[in-house]
Amino acid sequence: MKIVVCVKQIPDTTDIKWTENHTINREGVESVLNPLDFYALETALQLKDKLRDVEISVVTMGPLQAEFILKRAIAMGCDRGLLLSDRKFAGADTFATAKTLAKVITEKIPDFDMVLCGQFAADGDTAQTGPSLAKQLGVSLLTYVKAVDFQDSKFSATRETETNIEKYEVLTPVVLCITQGDYEPRRPLIDGFIRAKNTNIERLSCSDIKMCDDEVGLKGSPTYVSRAFTPNIEHAGEICINEDTEDTVRKLVSKIKEYV
Amino acid sequence: MSKKILIYIEKQNSVSEELAKKAQELLQNFDDAEIAGIAINAGLDLGSKTYFDKIYYVNDSRLENYSGEYYSKISIDLITEINPDIVLIGATSLGRDLAPQIASALQTGLTADCTALDINEDGKLAATRPTFGGKLMATILSKNNPQMATVRPHVIVTDFDVQLKDTEYIEIKPQIDDIKTHVKLLETIKKEISAGIEDAEIIVAGGHGVKDNLDLVYQLAEKLNGKVGVSRAVVDLGLAEASIQIGQTGKTVSPKLYIAIGISGAMQHTVGIMGAKKIIAINKDKDAPIFKLADFGIVGDALEILPQLIKSL
Repeated sequence: MKIVVCVKQIPDTTDIKWTENHTINREGVESVLNPLDFYALETALQLKDKLRDVEISVVTMGPLQAEFILKRAIAMGCDRGLLLSDRKFAGADTFATAKTLAKVITEKIPDFDMVLCGQFAADGDTAQTGPSLAKQLGVSLLTYVKAVDFQDSKFSATRETETNIEKYEVLTPVVLCITQGDYEPRRPLIDGFIRAKNTNIERLSCSDIKMCDDEVGLKGSPTYVSRAFTPNIEHAGEICINEDTEDTVRKLVSKIKEYV
Repeated sequence: MSKKILIYIEKQNSVSEELAKKAQELLQNFDDAEIAGIAINAGLDLGSKTYFDKIYYVNDSRLENYSGEYYSKISIDLITEINPDIVLIGATSLGRDLAPQIASALQTGLTADCTALDINEDGKLAATRPTFGGKLMATILSKNNPQMATVRPHVIVTDFDVQLKDTEYIEIKPQIDDIKTHVKLLETIKKEISAGIEDAEIIVAGGHGVKDNLDLVYQLAEKLNGKVGVSRAVVDLGLAEASIQIGQTGKTVSPKLYIAIGISGAMQHTVGIMGAKKIIAINKDKDAPIFKLADFGIVGDALEILPQLIKSL
């Protein structure tokens, strides 16, 4: 069985420092693997634990530096790492990204059984790349998948929406977008890190996957950003420095009463 | 000039009506404007007067439960037939599954979770959303038609003088016999939905600054008869359920009073509280952007202030 996991590196925004101008202080902001991608990887690894004969390929698109997230996935137990890295890929929107991912999968892992993605990336949160990828691969899709199981030679998936918990029978090939499950993604062990160090990451350019320049990146994207701006929300509210806690609490109580 | 907007009508969700009202505002300067809805097994009790000019509907037993493949096929067929300039869909769990499948098949641009929609000077849909991890707002345009966008419930509220219209209902015949899906629904369990934070009148929210003292946040919420919310940082650390996370990757809320404690106010959080009537913020960092939003702010240590505040309420 062949499983493909699509992952993304994102800036670590959990502990943001602010400048005086209310903008983000970018110094020391590191890249991390998108949190939900850990759950997609863990889902693939659990199926591998169960079914044994499983090859897990991990795919990402990004700068060469994004290689570290593929190494991390291999350290966790995945088998192959494919890095789509080409200046031509830059500026891709979710459609162009999905198209590129669909192409690398059909070129390099055409006999895939399952493609797993994180439900959304914590930086953009469009949640569009996975569904778009399913459509471009022409296979069925389930989103918001909390758990995948294999029993009596059948795959099943549990999907959780705002209102429902749904149980599905799943045939392959299929694309599943994985959300946070009731389990902890595993941490790599020492031998995993050693294996990752010795595993060659396959670097692929636009021409390696037989795509034209105008199909990828900014050119291949049906959307474009016409304007980017910092919103100017000035809400001339009253700001007090807490010097005397008793006085502060008094003010707070009176404001709460006023507002409710 | 003519302009046509198609809106996906979701059963039991206010977002479809919010979008129809917004569409009336967007199209106010077009003499030949049409607002159409598509209702797939959404019931027929929509009424003869709605905010839509036309509603295309289908009721079919095979469509009782949502299926991305079936619903997207029907939507794509209708879009191909009536050729709308713009397609708007609620950014619900259904919409976030459906919209990218439609956009991808039509090879057109889709902007997710917009916080503002406008028509620009070229008559194009200008869809604005937070981007780059919430650092910036971006206005996004689509090169092709239909120009698509999703919007969360309660985010876009228009004060435009909207009108109820005599709605024309048109039945569509779904062409879904050839679909061979690989996912088969076996069982649905309705979640017990306790009144969530979406409808709370008072929300006390804790962030990174009080991550180890969330019990104080809970105590304050209890005193005020409110609900507790948290920022993403707290959920990422495993200290709270994702169901009470507020912001771009969590819930959108519109309480009477929002008290943000130890929350810096990154845009990915504040997009979730744009509907709050009043905001009180307590934060140690005087430069935290939450103070730009707050009606009343205290620069200070929440751990010193909260115990006394809880006592005096």
